[in-house]
Formats: sequence, structure tokens, C-alpha cells
Amino acid sequence: MAQLDLSEKLAILSDAARYDASCASSGTARRDSRDGKGLGSTEGSGICHSYAPDGRCISLLKILMTNFCIYDCAYCINRVSSNVRRARFSVDEVVQLTIEFYRRNYIEGLFLSSGIIRSPDATMSDMVRIAKRLREDEAFRGYIHLKTIPDAAPELVEQAGLYADRLSINVELPTERGIQAYAPEKNPATIRKAMGDVKAHKAVANDRSFRGKRPKRFAPAGQSTQMIVGADGSSDATILGQSTQLYGDYGLRRVYYSAFSPIPDASANLPLIKPPLIREHRLYQADWLLRFYGFDVGEITAGRSDGNLDLDMDPKLAWALQNRAVFPINVNRASKELLLRVPGFGTRTVGRILQTRRHRTLRYEDLTRMGASLKKARAFITAQGWTPGALTDSADLRARFAPPPEQLSLF
Amino acid sequence: MYTIPLPQIGTDVAWRDAAKRLIGAGVSPNDVLWDHGGNMGELFATGTPLPPPTRRIKAPQSFVQMAETVVWHKDPQRFARLYGLLWRLRHENGLMQDRADPDLARLRQMEKAVRRCQHKMKAFVRFRDLRQGGERRSFAAWFEPTHHTVEPTAPFFARRFADMDWMIATPDVTVQFVDGNLSFHPGQPKPDLPEDSAEALWGTYFCNIFNPARLKVQAMTSEMPKKYWKNLPEAQHIQSLIAGAEEKVQQMREAGPTIPPDRAQRILDRLHQKDPDVDE
Ligand code: SF4
Repeated sequence: MAQLDLSEKLAILSDAARYDASCASSGTARRDSRDGKGLGSTEGSGICHSYAPDGRCISLLKILMTNFCIYDCAYCINRVSSNVRRARFSVDEVVQLTIEFYRRNYIEGLFLSSGIIRSPDATMSDMVRIAKRLREDEAFRGYIHLKTIPDAAPELVEQAGLYADRLSINVELPTERGIQAYAPEKNPATIRKAMGDVKAHKAVANDRSFRGKRPKRFAPAGQSTQMIVGADGSSDATILGQSTQLYGDYGLRRVYYSAFSPIPDASANLPLIKPPLIREHRLYQADWLLRFYGFDVGEITAGRSDGNLDLDMDPKLAWALQNRAVFPINVNRASKELLLRVPGFGTRTVGRILQTRRHRTLRYEDLTRMGASLKKARAFITAQGWTPGALTDSADLRARFAPPPEQLSLF
Repeated sequence: MYTIPLPQIGTDVAWRDAAKRLIGAGVSPNDVLWDHGGNMGELFATGTPLPPPTRRIKAPQSFVQMAETVVWHKDPQRFARLYGLLWRLRHENGLMQDRADPDLARLRQMEKAVRRCQHKMKAFVRFRDLRQGGERRSFAAWFEPTHHTVEPTAPFFARRFADMDWMIATPDVTVQFVDGNLSFHPGQPKPDLPEDSAEALWGTYFCNIFNPARLKVQAMTSEMPKKYWKNLPEAQHIQSLIAGAEEKVQQMREAGPTIPPDRAQRILDRLHQKDPDVDE
């Protein structure tokens, strides 16, 4: 094989990384380089330095160390049985690319994952070496996210957590059956154990010792995972149930949902139906409702007998339409919990309503200025000067929100 | 009538000092003209000295913080709007908590616009390597912000890029960071910056991280409006990525499954033998 130059490798190894949905660089420890002895900073919320025409934020240099892989996961372009072009970065190349991109303000840091070469341990230790060189030799204080290889030795994962802001381990598919069918070399128990280890290391790192000394910080931005949606037959209820469990059991910061995307050289084992991207979007909305709006999985997915979310409208609106007896609620008196259930009210709007109504009675017009989307909310609330009358219970209310029937497919 | 001149650099401090004196002396908003960067010219340069303050007025912390951001908005009325609200705050307790007051809502909106502009500046400034040798590396960028955001945003760059020298030139202010010291200078026309080969690599990355199967142009432009594109090296690829997306997806679909390379089965056999855990 001809030697690839840096640009060709970058093309191959970023192409291979594009199927990972996460590009977040938020929520880590605050650092800067004001002492003049290093490069970089992290300040709470990460920055999207660019956007690709797929609408996704580009915050990190998201690449694979190599796309050679000895595993054969059906949904993955890098599986051993695919004919994709292969490449491998040296440790030095990844370090230099990260630093030079960072200095030009292209990125917040590095998100490194890898196909599995030789063995899980060999792969993981190369990844750790990259992170270590960035931190120790280059005094890099930007963001580092390492995708952990679940089968790697626990010591390597522990080291990774000392250099990285975030560790992630992909559960890949929502059910064990799905993993067995489409990622036969992977083992659900090993994946869960690796997540458990990360959680345990974090807990230890947060404990002060008797002398009050804090051990070195361990992955301060926590751990996340990704699930592929639409490759196996799991319903949204199954997927969200799995997420709830993951958030609870392993203290995950985020679960990412990635609509299975047609890949070049796709495996013949896969269903070749492309799940609509809107499904992924609805899952994120539902995930949000679970974490910040006090909903539980059962409520959100109760609307349909197949356990899937309504693709025509957001899950909160769908829930409200199913539970009209709760509405209309009075914005001047309703509890925070109820306000959070009004379609068109976000957490911020609810905060503003609570703040302002301490001083005076809210009128309908006030709500727009507080960021509410009244097009959605009006049927579900009363305020001074506004009552929805029969609107809340009108038979055609759903039709007002559902998109007109149209050709949905791009193809 | 008092005309208050406000400088281009250090606008925030100058406005706050003037507002403090005016409010302390009980000068009504109707009697104040704010002149930013000498835009009003000689005509309004009345030399009326400010009256001495008669008392100290306290403003809520939330107002002070909001004003610190709003002064950088490009709306020429921003100083008057802020002073108008400060005037009302003397008698209206709780005004800052009223999220529906139109004057306050307008200022909050302006605050948000400046914050967004600052955020976009942090995101979209693109440095080029000046290749000057020396102990510290040096970089420079040309940027065109919507509001006057260079000054309030510069400390962010100083915290982040502290081990190098850099300059961000803009039409109204230029900021320099040399040997750890931040300084502001008048704006300038777009400078000629040397080519930087890293931009081609960055373009390669941009093109390949894009997934043509998920084209969502609107989602991109709402976060990265076209007005920024001319100073973003990666943006030159956007048109062709969009134009070629459908064809790429079509090719993928038509290509169909291929026969696995010879090595695949060998590797898998070895793997499954060696690791009894994996496959029972
Ligand atoms: S382990 Fe599976 S998902 Fe990961 S790179 Fe290899 S084939 Fe792809």
C-alpha cells in the first residue's frame, strides 16, 4: 500500500469518526493558561467552532487513531469485513494536529476513538499515550474526550481518566440481543463493567482522604455513551428505558442517540431501511423531558401501543394532547411542576414566570416576552386576559399541530 | 442639555462613570446626549460641565451587570436606553425582576445579542501563524463582529492562548497580546496575513466530518450565519459539500455490499479462538 500523507490520513480517519454523535466539550473543570506555561482553557460551556452542512456542531477534532479493526460490528464502517480504505495516525501526528488546530482557534480539543488493533489493551495504551503527551509534554489544557475500549485492562481506563475530561463507552445497541446480533465480538456485561469502573474511579477521586487531600481529578466531565437507533427493532420505550437505567446506574452525563445512517460498504446483515432522522430528534426531546422536566418513560411512551414516540410532534405536546384533563392551567397559580408540563414553556420560561409573578399578575402578552411559544401553549393555559375556552378540548386541536401530510422522504 | 463623549476604547467604564454622576445630580434622561467615538461631531460638542452629584444612588447589581454587556451593543440608543432604565429604577423597586417590562425586555434582548456576538467571536476567530521565529509563536486574525465585542471578549483569548503572542484586528478596535500583556488600539482595514498551510488540513477535516446522508443546511446557517463565512477558511467548501451530498448518498446506496477482504475471516477466526469470552 502506498504511504498516505497526513492529509489523506486525516480524510480517512475523520470520515470514519463522523458517525459518533457526540462533539460536546462542556461541563468540565475550569482551567486556563494565564500562567503562560501552557496552552488552552475550559470554561464551563464548550464552544462550537464551526457547523457542517449536516447541522452538527464542530467543537472537537473528532478522529480515529486508526480505522483498522479486528472486530466485525455490522453497523460500523470500520469492521474487519469492510473494504474501506485504512489508515493509522502515529502518536505524534495526533498530538501535532490537535495542538496546531487548537492554536488557530479551530477546536476546543480532541475526541479520540479508535478501531481495535492487535488487542484492546494495545489500542487503549496508544490512546492513553496520546492524551498523556498532550497533557505532560505540550501542557495542553483544552478538552480531551477518549472513547474507551471496554475490553481494555482496568488500569488503562484508570490512567485514561487522569488525562481526559470525559470518557465514553458506547453501549451501541439498546438490547443485549441487538449487541449479540450486530456486534458479536462485544460483550454487554463487559461494557457495563467498564462503565461501572469509570463510575467507581470518579467516586474515589471525589472523596477527600483523612488529611483532606483530594486525589487527582478523574474525568471531570463525566462519562457518556451512544446508542444506535433503528439498526435493531427496539421501540422508543425500550431505548428510553435503557437510557433511564444508564443515567441511574452509571451516573452518565449524556446518552447520545444516533440514527443508523447508511454507510459506504454496508454489511449485508443490516436492515437497509433508513430510520427517519426525526426519530433521533424525538428521542433527544424525550431524553430532555426525562432529565429536566420531571416526566417518566411510561408517561412519554404511553400514547402509542407500539411504544414509539409520535413523529409528528414533540413528545411534550403529544403528552399534553393525551392528557387534556390536566389543562388549562393558570400561569399565575400553577406549581412549577405543572408549568413545566405546558407545551411551549421551557425551563427558562418557567423560571421567569415564577420570578415575575411574585411581583404582579401575568397577562397573556407578557408570556411572549418571557420566551414562551404561545402558538403551542395557548390552548393549555389561562392568564389575565386569556382563557382558551373550548380550545383545550376541541376535537381538531391535534390537527392544528400535526404537520400537513407531505412527502417526507428525501429520496 | 449635556453631551457626554464616550471613547471607542474603554466605553464601559466611561459610561458608568458618567451615568453615576448624572443620576447623582438628578439629570433627567431628556437632558442627556451620548456621543460614542465622536460620531456627533462638533455640532453637539457643547462644553456644559456636569453638575456636581448631590447624592449617591445605588443601582441593583443585576442592572450593573446588564449594563456592562449592553454598552457594547451597536445600537446608538443603547446608552440612552440604559440611562432611561436607571432613571426609572430610582423609584420602581422590583423593576429588574419584571421580565415582561418592555424597556427592560428590550435591554435584555440587546444583552443577549451582545452575548451571542461574543460567543460567536470566541468560536469564529481564525488565527494564522505569522511564522516569526522567536521564543513565543505569533498568530494574527481578522474578524468582523456585529457589535463592539472585541474589548469584552479579549480576556477570554488571553486566558486561552497565553503562551503565544496574538492579534485580532477588526474594523473598530484591534487587540494585541504580547508577552502576556493585553492592549487595545484603533481599528484598521483588513491586514494582509500570510498563507497558513493548516487551513487546508482544517478544510479536509471539515469536508470529511460532514455526513452527506444528513443534510440540514438550515440548522447550520442558523448557528453559523452567512455573514461570518468570508472569514472562515472552511466555509469555502460548504457550497460543494451541499451540491455533492445527494450524489454521494446515491453512490453509497448503489454500491451495495462487497465481498469481505481475505484477511477478515482469518482475523475473526483467530480472535474467536483466543478469546473464549466473546463467543460461546
Ligand atoms: S469495535 Fe466495532 S464499532 Fe468499534 S471500530 Fe471496530 S467494528 Fe467499529
